[in-house]
Amino acid sequence: MQLGDENSADSGTLLALSDLVLRFKGHKNDVLDGVSLTVKRGEVVCVVGESGCGKSVTAMALMDLLPAGSATISSGNLDACGLNLDLTSTCLPSEMRGNRIAMIFQEPMSSLNPSFTIGDQIGEAVLRHKGGTRTQALDRAQEMLQRVGIANPEQRLSEYPHQLSGGMRQRVMIAMALANDPEILIADEPTTALDVTIQAQILDLIRDLRDETGMGTIMITHDLGVVAEIADTVAVMYGGQVVEQGAVGEIFNNPQHPYTIGLMSAMPRLDNPVGRLAIVPGTVPTIANMPQGCRFRTRCVFATQACAERPKLSQIAPEHDVACHYAPLEVNVSVAI
Amino acid sequence: MTDAAVNQALNADPVLAATPENRVWKKFKRHKSAMVGGFLVAFFVIIALAAPILPIPDPSATDWGAVRKAPSWAHWMGTDEIGRDVMSRMIWGAQASLLAGVMSVGIALMLGVPLGIVAGYFGGWTDAVISRCTEALLAAPFLILAIALAAFLGPSLTNAMIAIGISATPIFIRLTRGQVINVKSEDYVDSALAIGLPTPKILSRYILPNVLPPILVQATLTIATAIIAEASLSFLGLGQQPPAPSWGSMLNTAKNFLNQAPWMAMWPGISIFLVVLGFNLLGDGLRDALDPREH
Repeated sequence: MQLGDENSADSGTLLALSDLVLRFKGHKNDVLDGVSLTVKRGEVVCVVGESGCGKSVTAMALMDLLPAGSATISSGNLDACGLNLDLTSTCLPSEMRGNRIAMIFQEPMSSLNPSFTIGDQIGEAVLRHKGGTRTQALDRAQEMLQRVGIANPEQRLSEYPHQLSGGMRQRVMIAMALANDPEILIADEPTTALDVTIQAQILDLIRDLRDETGMGTIMITHDLGVVAEIADTVAVMYGGQVVEQGAVGEIFNNPQHPYTIGLMSAMPRLDNPVGRLAIVPGTVPTIANMPQGCRFRTRCVFATQACAERPKLSQIAPEHDVACHYAPLEVNVSVAI
Repeated sequence: MTDAAVNQALNADPVLAATPENRVWKKFKRHKSAMVGGFLVAFFVIIALAAPILPIPDPSATDWGAVRKAPSWAHWMGTDEIGRDVMSRMIWGAQASLLAGVMSVGIALMLGVPLGIVAGYFGGWTDAVISRCTEALLAAPFLILAIALAAFLGPSLTNAMIAIGISATPIFIRLTRGQVINVKSEDYVDSALAIGLPTPKILSRYILPNVLPPILVQATLTIATAIIAEASLSFLGLGQQPPAPSWGSMLNTAKNFLNQAPWMAMWPGISIFLVVLGFNLLGDGLRDALDPREH
């Protein structure tokens, strides 16, 4: 193990995941096929894609939260928290989890232990990594509740999860994740289960905390509205591969991968009312039926013989990488906001 | 409606006000048969605890002038074949029965819950070994297994408790394992892993408290079974040893005098019936009160 900062080109890089290949036990194909992600200080990276494309699996693999023995990693390197880990043989030490890399989940209603008070649960995260007494941990918990905008934090500390609303529980989850001032926050669809006003509040909160602490954020979502709202960079995933990534403006204004173009035109917009929304025909093939080469070619309207060979993720513009043989496209298919 | 009533109606939030404890207690209080069970159990616990200070004769004191006497003012429940007071023996016998019930279930919980948690949480080979052993034990009927173990360990109340406890263990292993498999896929276990908590902490703080309610219900019901088992073992001479009183051994002696002195069998029989009924009603009530689906 060596210090990450020494060998990464940009000292602002907090987390660099490269070439993660993962396969579930009993399957013949890789679920994740060469996923790479980079998060810089103060940056929000959104990972988008439809259900089953491997967004959550990537996050779970990063945090080593996949059930033991359920998956094998055949390639992958993680450069984070000053550690350089070869994921095939090692995993993120539990001292890092919740300390320097934290994660929040999709379902705030079920992500808190119903048997203990809010204060106990946030305090537990503090005690685990920072030590100290229970009183100190509870003080820290109260401070965190205040910071995530919960009214009456002192009273809330001694309440149980079922006494809080969904939005409040998600705030508590965020407070718990951020209690140890992590450098990186992984948020797995943190707003999916919440209604729109609460969604906006939670996104504002994450953005404020990012501005305050300079933490890097990986936000997993399938909501392009959320992406437009909060992302600095976007990684579009399809079938366990990153097919396109780049600055948020590039991806929205100049999508190059046919899948990204499909996603963008399937999004309803206020300024451009059309009769019907475009759809991407078909569904994601199951892992067993994943085509060789470009994994999107069975649904792609532009697919040709050449697509039987896997396209490399290559740069077509500054801060814009695409994995398609036909990128950059000759025509501009802008679906600008 | 008065102002105060309106105010109260507006401010009372039934959802926020109800903590799980008082919600369970409220449902339990409404459950009439559970309250009856609770009173029965409480009654026997109180007389068992108060036995030393109650104004009753020594349960082992014989009186050759009053052998097999029917209930009277001197002996409210009659006397047995060597002139011992049946009521005194019944009250002291409650100690043995309740102790056997509680201790053997305690043993079963102490063995069964940790094994069930380990089997359910870790799965794989650990689970396979523990589950196969559990099934092997479950294949033998509960009472037969208890009798065999008690006979093997030698006749005494302590050994009877151990034998009953071990016989009841597989039920708890199986119940706990099933609950753990349910709970370990809950999101809050993932979030505990995500804050880096070590496995022992996850088992004790996140798994155990959330699998406890059904185990508690099963434990209450098993106390009733264990009391019957203790009475059966004592009846067979494998439990409480004479002259110490026990309901089972009282029945054993009484069966020889059923025609001449039916009261010798009646009182311990009624006691066993009532205590077992009490624990069963209590267990049913707890099950309903802890069930989140019912209101």
